[in-house]
Amino acid sequence: MQIYLPVAEVSVNIYLLLGLGGMIGILSGMFGVGGGFLLTPLLFFIGIPPAVAVATGANQIVASSVSGLLAHLRRKTVDLRMGMMLLVGGLTGAGGGVFIFNYLKSLGQVDLLINLCYVIFLGVIGALMFVESLRALRRSRVYRPGAPRRKLHQHTWAHALPIKMRFRVSGLYISVIPVLLVGFLVGMLSSIMGVGGGFIMIPAMIYLLGMPTRVVVGTSLFQIIFVTGFTTLLHATTNFTVDVVLALLLLIGGVVGAQFGTQIGLMLKAEQLRIGLAALVLVVCGKLALDLLLEPSELFSLAAGEAPE
Amino acid sequence: MIRAGLLGLGLGLLALPALAEQVVLGLSRDRVQITTTFDGSDILIFGAVKREAPAPEDPMDVVISVQGPSTPVTVRRKSRRFGIWINTDTVEVGRAPSFFAIATTSPIEDTLLRIEDMRERVSLDRAISGWRWIDDVEEPLEFLDALKRIRFEEGRYTINESSIAFDEETLFRTSIRLPANLTEGGYLTRIFLTREGRIVSSYETVIDVHKVGLERWLYSLSREQPLIYGLMSLALAIFAGWGASELFRAIRRA
Repeated sequence: MQIYLPVAEVSVNIYLLLGLGGMIGILSGMFGVGGGFLLTPLLFFIGIPPAVAVATGANQIVASSVSGLLAHLRRKTVDLRMGMMLLVGGLTGAGGGVFIFNYLKSLGQVDLLINLCYVIFLGVIGALMFVESLRALRRSRVYRPGAPRRKLHQHTWAHALPIKMRFRVSGLYISVIPVLLVGFLVGMLSSIMGVGGGFIMIPAMIYLLGMPTRVVVGTSLFQIIFVTGFTTLLHATTNFTVDVVLALLLLIGGVVGAQFGTQIGLMLKAEQLRIGLAALVLVVCGKLALDLLLEPSELFSLAAGEAPE
Repeated sequence: MIRAGLLGLGLGLLALPALAEQVVLGLSRDRVQITTTFDGSDILIFGAVKREAPAPEDPMDVVISVQGPSTPVTVRRKSRRFGIWINTDTVEVGRAPSFFAIATTSPIEDTLLRIEDMRERVSLDRAISGWRWIDDVEEPLEFLDALKRIRFEEGRYTINESSIAFDEETLFRTSIRLPANLTEGGYLTRIFLTREGRIVSSYETVIDVHKVGLERWLYSLSREQPLIYGLMSLALAIFAGWGASELFRAIRRA
């Protein structure tokens, strides 16, 4: 059954959208990521205009993150103070990102920007995660059962900067500068790439800020909701590219898929999950990189409206 | 009175070919409504040639053209820079129809003289106009070809030569396929009767294409009240996320 999307102005198969949402939901339930980094490229692939895919992807992430955050709030694994600080940086970054997005859109380079962002970030993070989890997997084979003892947190350069602040839930006393910077970077990426930025935020929280793993996912979700919500509003008011019908269909598939994904995730070991996620990230990265490197079958592209002088 | 009659006769003689044969047109629908389940539409265009005198010896041809609203279009070409493919050259086309379909009884070059085409802007090449290049493009015509090629592939442009059924030089009919990705607006529909490449009569009407119901409401809300639309999308997302979480908690408890 075909459905006509009012803002995207294309007609797509309704089951395809539900299936796509479901697939992303399964993956996000399994790996604990929003799945935006997979959703947006897949939306391009089925013919949704890139600008609409990015803006609508942001809206869809709000929904899946709210669902996840509620579970974490019940378990008290959200550092609200850290979340607020990340948010301050995040909102500034999101504003900057939409500005860059609109500027490059007028130059006709927005697709390139989105693709380059994807290739670089997915490539770097996928590779790091892959190496790290492979090492962890090898370690866990040597001595089971208890995981290797770690210090409460590692001291990083984040501890050496001024304007320190106490984050009780995370058990940290660190400078707010790296926190704001991480927030800013993720906010910017979220508005350019239409992703929540969890796949960047989570490693940054663990490795750069030294936050304990148990509060990382909830805190990241907290800040993602606000940043993607803000991004949705900015895209809706400046580009008119949020398609609410598209978002709703993806969402229905997504929430159902997420529940199945969580069940599958419980059956696997943490290292196996991380390796799986890393492989997935690298595959998406490879596909996008090939698109940039190989000669496209159609060299020309059309855009409505006039090019700026 | 007599003078007026003579004058009328003289004018009548001059204008005779135009007045003697007229188009009587029927459309299977004169409005297309884009609903949620819209998946393109076929429009049957049919009609007859009304004559007050027997038809002349020369064979008659019919040209039917349907044109959607024209907009400026930017055509970009990718080329390899620093090892990757990026948009480098741009040509701006002032006016290109968002939809274009033409159907004829014979190959178009036999049906319509070039001068008539230029006057009435019948063919696709006449409908696309006002292009200029932004960068130093060596072959701007390649960009126009690309515009046409891409829109042909999308089903936005169609040229169906010799596709009109024309019976006894009187009854004609053809069907035009409107794709799912339609732009809203008035679709100018024109019928030309030609002889020896000259237009002897023409008729035009407009097919109205617009979104209706929920599509209409959402689209206009997103353009006219973007803030409210954005907040509504967010509220929907938050509600759906909360709803899903509660629903599955209830299922798990049961």
